[in-house]
Amino acid sequence: MTDAALHAPAASTEATHGHPTATGLSNEKLAMWVFLGSDCLLFGGLISTYLLMRHRSVEGPGPTDVFDIPFTSVSSFVLLMSSLTMALAVAAIARGDVHRNRVWLGTTAFLGAVFIGGQVYEFTGFYREGLGYTTNAFSSAFYTLTGFHGFHVSVGIVMLTTLLVMSLRGNLGPDRAETVEIVGLYWHFVDIVWIIIFTIVYLIP
Amino acid sequence: MAIVERPTEALTLPPVVTTERKPLGVFSRPKATTGWRSWVTTVDHKRIGIMYGAAAMFFFIVGGIEALAIRVQLARPEQELFSADLYNQLFTMHGVTMIFLVIMPLGAAFMNYLVPLQIGARDVAMPRLNALSFWAFLFGGIFLNTSWFLGGGADGGWFGYAPNSGVVFSPGHGMDFYAIGLQITGVGTLVGGINLVTTVLNMRAPGMTLMKMPVFTWMSFVTQVIIVFAMPVISVALFLLTFDRLFDANFFNVAAGADPLLWQHLFWIFGHPEVYILILPAFGIVSEIIPVFARKPIFGYPFMVFSGIAIGFMGWGVWAHHMFASGLGPISVAAFSVSTMFIAVPTGVKILNWMATMWGGKLTFTTPMLFSAGLVAMFTIGGLSGVTHAVSPADTQQTDTYYIVAHFHYVIFGGALMAFLGGFYFWWPKVFGYFLDDRLGKVNFWLSIVGLNLTFGPMHILGLQGMSRRVHSYRADYGYDFWNLWITIGSFIIALSVLLLLFNIWRSYRRRHLQPAPGPDPWDGRSLEWSVPSPVPVHNFDDTPVITEFDDWWHRKYAEDESGRLRKVHEPEEIAQVGDGSRAHLPSPSYWPLVLALGLPFVGYGLIFNLAIAAIGGLLLVAGLVGWALEPADDPDLPPHGHDDDHPAADGGDAAAAAEVPAATPDEEEVPAS
Repeated sequence: MTDAALHAPAASTEATHGHPTATGLSNEKLAMWVFLGSDCLLFGGLISTYLLMRHRSVEGPGPTDVFDIPFTSVSSFVLLMSSLTMALAVAAIARGDVHRNRVWLGTTAFLGAVFIGGQVYEFTGFYREGLGYTTNAFSSAFYTLTGFHGFHVSVGIVMLTTLLVMSLRGNLGPDRAETVEIVGLYWHFVDIVWIIIFTIVYLIP
Repeated sequence: MAIVERPTEALTLPPVVTTERKPLGVFSRPKATTGWRSWVTTVDHKRIGIMYGAAAMFFFIVGGIEALAIRVQLARPEQELFSADLYNQLFTMHGVTMIFLVIMPLGAAFMNYLVPLQIGARDVAMPRLNALSFWAFLFGGIFLNTSWFLGGGADGGWFGYAPNSGVVFSPGHGMDFYAIGLQITGVGTLVGGINLVTTVLNMRAPGMTLMKMPVFTWMSFVTQVIIVFAMPVISVALFLLTFDRLFDANFFNVAAGADPLLWQHLFWIFGHPEVYILILPAFGIVSEIIPVFARKPIFGYPFMVFSGIAIGFMGWGVWAHHMFASGLGPISVAAFSVSTMFIAVPTGVKILNWMATMWGGKLTFTTPMLFSAGLVAMFTIGGLSGVTHAVSPADTQQTDTYYIVAHFHYVIFGGALMAFLGGFYFWWPKVFGYFLDDRLGKVNFWLSIVGLNLTFGPMHILGLQGMSRRVHSYRADYGYDFWNLWITIGSFIIALSVLLLLFNIWRSYRRRHLQPAPGPDPWDGRSLEWSVPSPVPVHNFDDTPVITEFDDWWHRKYAEDESGRLRKVHEPEEIAQVGDGSRAHLPSPSYWPLVLALGLPFVGYGLIFNLAIAAIGGLLLVAGLVGWALEPADDPDLPPHGHDDDHPAADGGDAAAAAEVPAATPDEEEVPAS
């Protein structure tokens, strides 16, 4: 960012009620970027903790004993496809296509819910195989890391559903395209984090 | 999904230009501008700043009483006023309170109040989030302190090393309150950090480029960036500890294979940047005060800025110097030793620049200036003892002794708190419209600095003699008695100075009408907050100022004449803004930040005692979130300019004069390019 770019008055955005901002980004969007930067450190801490603990268990099942990589690959694929539908939702509202925006928002929330459902199913299986939250060092770290990610996805589903309800009530017109875009930033971030978690937790032995 | 097949309907929709908003809520929009209701619903950054300061002063007294209790216990050898267990709680709660509930919120108070004013903004970027930050901090702090009445305070030291802070070694609820309470205040800190980073980047007035921002705003910005990246790390650590304690997870269960160093790493990756979160706002305050009372611009402005940024970066690479005694291995120790010595360089640059600013200046030693000079001297002592910790062999000797206690009290009390006290005296007329008494202030300063040195100076000696931290008593034949009694006397001198500050505030308030009003610019200041009336009207600036140079306000008042001599071309009263808010549009107050934050401690109590309480907290959270989301940030029912009715009338007779000078542009011709 050059100095000139930072202080050049920008075109007004609806989210700042017409006040131009110094960076040209609306406050809400910039705040979301800053928050996502902060969230990187949250997952950084959790992933580091997992890497430290995954092979330190003294008893109970370990990663290779429970993981079903084909199943998790499918649910990962579903989550990644939700990034595509999210992008389609943002594109639709930017074009002013309120209806398609609704469709893609709904699809994104649905795909996210499928992923969460898959995670619940998967964890239930792990539990039946004897891997509870308190079983060993690996299980605590694994469930905490994936649980925090699952919580993030769930929050994203709530946000998408809220947008959908707003849209159905007629409160989400093209003038609020940026709101959809900001939720989209969050959603893509959560997906990217899953790529990292899937690689580190499931794929790297 | 079936609805995918019906795209044509979209084409039939009328072209939507603006969306109708349908606000929905149980509360009617709060409208009070005076009384308690106006304070609990406020989203005004100035009121939130004042509340931060007031709450921090309350916790300062609580933490101070804990400190005095510690000192009374240690005044004589082999005393048993408090049990070892209660003593553990006292020093832990003293540290936690002073760091998280006093110094951090005092910094937040100044940043909240001053940053929007210094960058020429009407408020912070997200005013309701700002209110949420404050309430989360306040309720988190209250939650933490209620542990005293619910089974005892935290007892694991302010850094709560796990597994020592686990259920096995700390079976009471104290550490639960610690983990959850800090999590709640952390929510407030993180939200505030995101808000102020956005504010500084986005809300600057036209012409206020990054390199024209006052040093205080710069240091606040660096602080908030550190907060944004440091808080999630402590959050992770606290989550892991909470899960261990409440749900039997194995993160710190060594028997299950856990590594006891995990907590230390996570904590200090947060904990060392935290040190800069505490001190950088103080550096910013001093960088504002010294130029005003030396009547010189800050020496080496770009160096001040970049050394602050350098501290912000390098602060992430020194954390393991807190762990030299934990057996990291020679390579880690050597690397962190070097990086720790290196971070003293940008700090040294700052010290040098303050001295160079004072050098050759026309110094006036008012109370704020005394406190600032006090910081420069005391922080240097603390900084030098800090460098001795960087030498790892010496550190191995110093670790866990009173030498460390001496060091961090010199940097936190002698550094951060000195600046905040100076900042009180400096900005009090701006914030409240009357001066704090300068004579009492000077006594306050001398009591503080004498008490500080009597208290913390001898701790160096005790530490090098081998007296351990966190031990509730010592034997008479150890030879520690003399200095301990001395330190206890010193600590009561500090307490006296705090009482004097409170007395000064009370007395100055009572006598405020007997003194002349401070006017917009009592100190002949340099930054934009001095260009608006005192106290600052609710809308800050009548018109958004246009900035042409660093220290813009100063350059509007002063210019060089033909012979190159500096002379005053405008009295501040002539060109200050009058406080006419008719062109201002302000965010509306809201109940929802309060409701949302109120849910957090209930969730905390629920997790510790009974999940039914957590359900109440959860309901409050959901209600707060939904209400917040459905409430527009601005009330469409209010007329756009209807918020300025409670600001005081403009000072004196400057209204007519000031109205003629709306912005910097007319002055520009009178100021030769310098």
